[in-house]
Amino acid sequence: MMEERQIVVPGETIASGNEFLPGDGAWRDGTDVVAGRHGLADVQDKHVRVIPISGAYYPKRGNTIIGTVVDITFNGWLIDFGGAQNAFLGVSEVPRYINRNELREFLDFGESVVVKVWDVKSRGVDASMKMRGYGMIEGGMIVSISPNKVPRVIGREGSMVKMIKSATGCDVTVGQNGKVWVSGKDTDSEVATKKIIDFIAENATIVGLTERVEAFIKELGLQVSSAPAKPNDGVEVVEENTDSEENVEGDALSSVPSEEGKE
Amino acid sequence: MSKFIMPNLQRDKIEAYLAEGKRFDGRKAEDYREIIVEDGVSPSAASAIRVKVGKTEVLVGVHLGVTTPYPDSPDAGTFMTSAELHPMASQQFDIGRPGITAIELARVIDRGIRESGFIDFEKLCIEKGEKVWQVFVDIVAINDDGNLLDVAGLAALIALGRAKMPVYNAEEGKVEHDFSDEGIPLSKEAMSFNMTFHKVGETIVADVSKEEEAISKLRLSIAVGDNGGEPRITAMQKGKPGAINSKDMETILNLVESKWKEMFPKVKELVWGK
Amino acid sequence: MLRGTHSQVYLPRKAKNKMAVEGLYKKRIDGRKFDEVRPMIAKVGVVPSADGSASFETGGTKAMAVVRGPRTLHPQHMQNAQKGVLRVSYGMMPFSVWDRIRPGPSRRSEEISKVCEWALSSVVDLSGFPNTVVDVFIQVPKADAGTRVAGLNAAAMALAHAGIPMKEMLTAIAVGKADKTLLVDVDKAEEDFHDGEGATDIPLAVTSRGKEVALLQLDGKISPSELKEAIEMGKKACDDILKVQMEALKNLNGGEDNE
Repeated sequence: MMEERQIVVPGETIASGNEFLPGDGAWRDGTDVVAGRHGLADVQDKHVRVIPISGAYYPKRGNTIIGTVVDITFNGWLIDFGGAQNAFLGVSEVPRYINRNELREFLDFGESVVVKVWDVKSRGVDASMKMRGYGMIEGGMIVSISPNKVPRVIGREGSMVKMIKSATGCDVTVGQNGKVWVSGKDTDSEVATKKIIDFIAENATIVGLTERVEAFIKELGLQVSSAPAKPNDGVEVVEENTDSEENVEGDALSSVPSEEGKE
Repeated sequence: MSKFIMPNLQRDKIEAYLAEGKRFDGRKAEDYREIIVEDGVSPSAASAIRVKVGKTEVLVGVHLGVTTPYPDSPDAGTFMTSAELHPMASQQFDIGRPGITAIELARVIDRGIRESGFIDFEKLCIEKGEKVWQVFVDIVAINDDGNLLDVAGLAALIALGRAKMPVYNAEEGKVEHDFSDEGIPLSKEAMSFNMTFHKVGETIVADVSKEEEAISKLRLSIAVGDNGGEPRITAMQKGKPGAINSKDMETILNLVESKWKEMFPKVKELVWGK
Repeated sequence: MLRGTHSQVYLPRKAKNKMAVEGLYKKRIDGRKFDEVRPMIAKVGVVPSADGSASFETGGTKAMAVVRGPRTLHPQHMQNAQKGVLRVSYGMMPFSVWDRIRPGPSRRSEEISKVCEWALSSVVDLSGFPNTVVDVFIQVPKADAGTRVAGLNAAAMALAHAGIPMKEMLTAIAVGKADKTLLVDVDKAEEDFHDGEGATDIPLAVTSRGKEVALLQLDGKISPSELKEAIEMGKKACDDILKVQMEALKNLNGGEDNE
């Protein structure tokens, strides 16, 4: 069995023995449990899985995603979020009653939303924005990163996002699809935020990332305040990543822990 | 074909920031990204190079063959430019036959080179009326991160400048699999290079990023050469549905002068070396 | 140095020249052992805008592969409601060889695309992505024989890099014969060997775990027993190539700039 998490290649044996169970991204071949995709091998309580580290975004139920309206049907909106198929936001999945003739008034082509993945089906994704913390977003900018880098941008228990906010004063909303909405008092502070996010994504795998990001923030002429970031009133979906810094955790992100507090 | 989806808020932000004279990557509206050139992509081509401008990347190869000349110009070599914009380079490119983007790109670059007189076609004659060299410039897009037209055009010039003539075996009438030390007959003075300006929001922008290109209202590509130290326009192409007002035309033509003075020495150095 | 996460020239293991050389081709032109692969370079992440990308080089042959998808397949009637569709497109760049190749698809490139598609389909599992397509684009910037197998090596890496579910990797090699001599990783000069029995070219792809043959083409003259031996030589060479592929996929570092 592999000692610690390491990158595996399809077809590579991760663990041998009937007591091991193949989970996501793994399969059984005789007594071996084998990688069924490229990624980080993770063995916990004899449960073997492979966490993706590269490639496209695959939506999962409960994910928070940021996307843009690309089509309007008779009963809802189609949202492009960079996935294989568009997400459908039904007229009944928005927080208030909308007359079917007035879909465009509520949400028009090209407008962007933060939505929750409600269901993943073969024909596409159903999305909802009925819960608090979800809705249309206006102003600010969208920064695109690889979806696999999202956990590092969020940081442990949202620490990285908090650090960025304290440095730039911008609201940062991270979608698991790799779209990050940044909104601040002026574009210069938003662009500084974009630079920090890009820096994190580019250096996602290095050890001691937090210190490096702190140094980078100072290079930009900004300061990291040690006080906790003050609560923001804008849309804010901060995912918690309870895993340790050095590990890139995929599945822990599929929930929105901060959601209950907001209800 | 999937469209490049640009959220309204992103478009508004890019346009507003440009109105302040700024871009997300720190450049000013008229700034080009850094240009990186690498030789030796294929040893069996007269030259084959890789050019990267930011994350936009193309491979360009030059090939020389022998053909019969056109009847109306029996003592002149021939020239052809092709461009392949595979879906490899961008989500927006289609599989199969070259789309209109590839055709337009190849034609604009072809005209810019042909009409400037950069290639000395008469020196490419081997035997009048019988045999002349044909020069192929083949462009392959590797990654589209905006402004492929200028990047490919620049790469075509550099590839031509660095190409070596193949050895021609006159007795057997065939081109050997070997190169001489001689370059293609080019007229250094006649070289002109292409600069494309886009209107993004109300701002005229050079060397657009992919996002800027997606929201640009119009573009004007201008091939500019050297006329005794002053810029001389040799080819133009206006693209996209928007029309140019006189203020924008004034801005663009002023930019042509200043950018040419800045870029021309750089381009010359890339094509000919220091 | 080009973009890419990993770049190192691999010198293949010291091969032993066990074979008795009877025929006219007694010594390889480039001095290699008969079962020796040319020096390899493998890189992952070579095209930033792609979902997955890789390049694979042996000697004078280089292939790049880009993966896009899974994404919705248009037109709709081509969709499969049970699983995603794998689509492979192979092409040589016009300047990759001495005689310029006309841009765009040809009969040759269409056929190679299809056999590569079949080969890759045997390791890729798209059951989780109904109605979508995964596109693989293989392009060859320089060629000294063996372009389809170099393309497959790059494509398997690019598919893995794109996070596509795969039961195992795929590794490919061109084995062959010059007169009576069996060879691994045939180059252009050997492909053009005319003396004696002439040249036989056998592109071969092998799955990394099951060691099954996923692509097999043959062009030339060979006895069944020689072919058996050639396939075994090919499989052994594939083990060397697999190491290079795996090394590149395991050394993904911060250099991967996929956005």
